[in-house]
Amino acid sequence: MEVDSPEEFKKHTRSYLWVFAALMVFTVITVWAASWKVALPAAVVIALCIAGVKGGLVAAFFMHLKGERPLITYCLLMTMIFFFGLIFLPLMMLLLTMSGNAG
Amino acid sequence: MSVVIPYIEEPRPDTGLTLAKLGVWLFLASEVMLFGALFSSYIFLRVGNPDWQTFAYGQADPAEFHAGGHDSHGEDTEGNEAHAHHDDHAHSEGHSSDRSREAVGTPMASSVPLALLNTIVLISSSVTVVLAWASLVLKQFGRFRLYFFITLLCAFAFLVVKYIEYTAKFEHGLLPSLSPLMALYFTMTGLHGLHVIGGIIVIGYLLGPGAKMWKTNPVQYTGRVEATGLYWHFVDLVWIFLFPIFYLM
Repeated sequence: MEVDSPEEFKKHTRSYLWVFAALMVFTVITVWAASWKVALPAAVVIALCIAGVKGGLVAAFFMHLKGERPLITYCLLMTMIFFFGLIFLPLMMLLLTMSGNAG
Repeated sequence: MSVVIPYIEEPRPDTGLTLAKLGVWLFLASEVMLFGALFSSYIFLRVGNPDWQTFAYGQADPAEFHAGGHDSHGEDTEGNEAHAHHDDHAHSEGHSSDRSREAVGTPMASSVPLALLNTIVLISSSVTVVLAWASLVLKQFGRFRLYFFITLLCAFAFLVVKYIEYTAKFEHGLLPSLSPLMALYFTMTGLHGLHVIGGIIVIGYLLGPGAKMWKTNPVQYTGRVEATGLYWHFVDLVWIFLFPIFYLM
């Protein structure tokens, strides 16, 4: 992260406290949302969306990804592509097998 | 003859990054894939086991783990008891045919307050570690030590809470061999716990013997603290996803 003047930097550090407060609020929302009477797929999507927002806040502000160099962004972009491949390929195979068995 | 490693303090002109920082980010990318494989396993096993009772309890009878109106932490809080009671009630209603999560309950129900506490502890440690780094940038070493020490305390607190949770699980026969859910739970939270221990070692070193570097080479020391902070935020990030997956769904 680029370090600005001390005054600017102090302002910047205050944003960490706001992010901290937001993370706490989202944690409460996560627990509250778990009590909603919704179907499992919807519950999974809701929980992962909230976790995604929290994770995004940590990465963007605490890990300073928001103003990071492009090389790191490219590396992480590649990682995310492989990560989603890792998640969805076995899942697709399983769903195809299940639909094949059902047919 | 000493070997000088270039671009440890000043960024490389072409990337704009120090080698240490780029190295940590590449390490974290490999960690994403490590945990990604385990998250993928979780989804695979969960979707492949539409019967929640088998997924969560294997061949065992869920009633064994909810007997007496309490499970892992029976009497600790009112809400906890209520949750366990709800599971018992639900279980008795759906004993014969309904094997869904709502009907048979979950072995994780009573651990939710502890897991929530650990979430708060880890998020707090994440903010203290970034404030510790910011203090170093502002040349406030005393304040840095305070924030870094609080981070270390939070890391220990996380492990103590985890120990309490694991002990209760073992006492009630909720072992990794019980079911796919318990196997995944112990593998993923155990691996995460090992990462917390790794963080404790590094933070402890930088607070203790490693702190001498602040006097001799403050730029490199700040870089080390920043890299440690990145790792620690990743540990927090993994927990943010583990919490809903194991305790709330």
